[in-house]
Amino acid sequence: MPLYRDEAVVLRTQKLGEADRIVTLLSRYRGQIRAVAKGVRRTASKFGSRLEPFMVVDAQFYEGKSLDIVNQVETIGSYGGQIIEDYGAFTAANAMVEAAERLTSEESSPQQYLLLVGALRSLAGKEHDSSLILDSYLLRALAIAGWAPSFDNCARCEAMGPHSAFVMQVGSVVCQNCKPIGAVAISTDTSDLLGALLSGDWDLAETASDQARSSASGIVAAYSQWHIERGLKSMPHVERA
Amino acid sequence: MYEGVIQELIDELGRLPGVGPKSAQRIAFYLLQADADQAKRLAEVLTEVRERVRFCEQCGNVAEAELCNICRDPRRSKASICVVEESKDVQAIERTREFKGLYHVLGGAISPIEGIGPDNLRIKELVSRLADPDIKEVIIATDPNLEGEATATYLTRMLSPMGITISRLASGLPVGGDLEYADEITLGRAFEGRRTVS
Ligand SMILES: [Zn+2]
Ligand SMILES: [Zn+2]
Repeated sequence: MPLYRDEAVVLRTQKLGEADRIVTLLSRYRGQIRAVAKGVRRTASKFGSRLEPFMVVDAQFYEGKSLDIVNQVETIGSYGGQIIEDYGAFTAANAMVEAAERLTSEESSPQQYLLLVGALRSLAGKEHDSSLILDSYLLRALAIAGWAPSFDNCARCEAMGPHSAFVMQVGSVVCQNCKPIGAVAISTDTSDLLGALLSGDWDLAETASDQARSSASGIVAAYSQWHIERGLKSMPHVERA
Repeated sequence: MYEGVIQELIDELGRLPGVGPKSAQRIAFYLLQADADQAKRLAEVLTEVRERVRFCEQCGNVAEAELCNICRDPRRSKASICVVEESKDVQAIERTREFKGLYHVLGGAISPIEGIGPDNLRIKELVSRLADPDIKEVIIATDPNLEGEATATYLTRMLSPMGITISRLASGLPVGGDLEYADEITLGRAFEGRRTVS
């Protein structure tokens, strides 16, 4: 059986049979991998703890007929322990890995991999408010997937912003003249914050008011649910500060 | 695809946890070839279990009456409640003979990615039980894996203002596992060495 090796982050685990798990991972070079981890639910398992969600590992797999089999696992980054200490961070991390699972496929996407690992590391290190990290992650993951939103110029006439309306279907702000029915009202503070979260300008993002944060979260949630078919199950459970 | 009732049986078996389509087919044909009594006994016990077994109104454990055997037992201490995910964890802890208090079965762990939040578990019921001043300690014995630990974090944060001692099973249970697979000695030690978290 052919062997391969890759860096990967664990997105999800599901029980299989008596003591095994099916582990869904996002790898650096091979996209998504679904593999069986044998015996990991027994408390004597050596690598059970390395294959929990949010773990970043260097793993070796056997290629199987339908599912591959995890053969060796070394830890690269262990973020789960710190993330679960903060319930809000735990719920945000759930939404991130679920979004990553839905926005990637078996096709290689090192960008999605690095973005997710960076976001989990940032959550674990409490670098920013967990809600801001989640919103930034979602905007950027959607952008890599081909749905980059825009918060500066009008999508239709390209008039310079700031603008006060956002069109979910287009993923962009629009000016007063181009504004269609059903556009969402957006304040300048909110569009500035969303732009900062998309570009990773944390200095600016950190200065945003609570009101801007909460309306930005609402727009990010709606925008993600719009593009991700059937939505994310985690979203209603995310605890916002 | 098989015809009619055979396919129905395969489909039903395939909906059971941990049973894939191949196993479902294997079990279905096993039952067809097994002696008629065996299949009949299985059908009877399935019906009976659904009719007779329900969930304890106090702790959520499996019960054959309003209250389970443990909640009805006058020798059990009312001073401590051990919180577990599933009824099978109650059985695992009972085997250690370390714990003489009562239980509270949550019905799972918090798992946002599966759409399971605190409101989908028996957490409200736990909080109302804790209004009883006889209760001095809550021992959180959720699974030693990520979701079990996150559930413990949530419970600790929610219950600590109530002024009850909250403890968590000692580590030694490797992270990643299911509580039901811990052997009696490891689980017994984890109980003895539990640490107060709030
Ligand atoms: Zn315009
Ligand atoms: Zn009971």
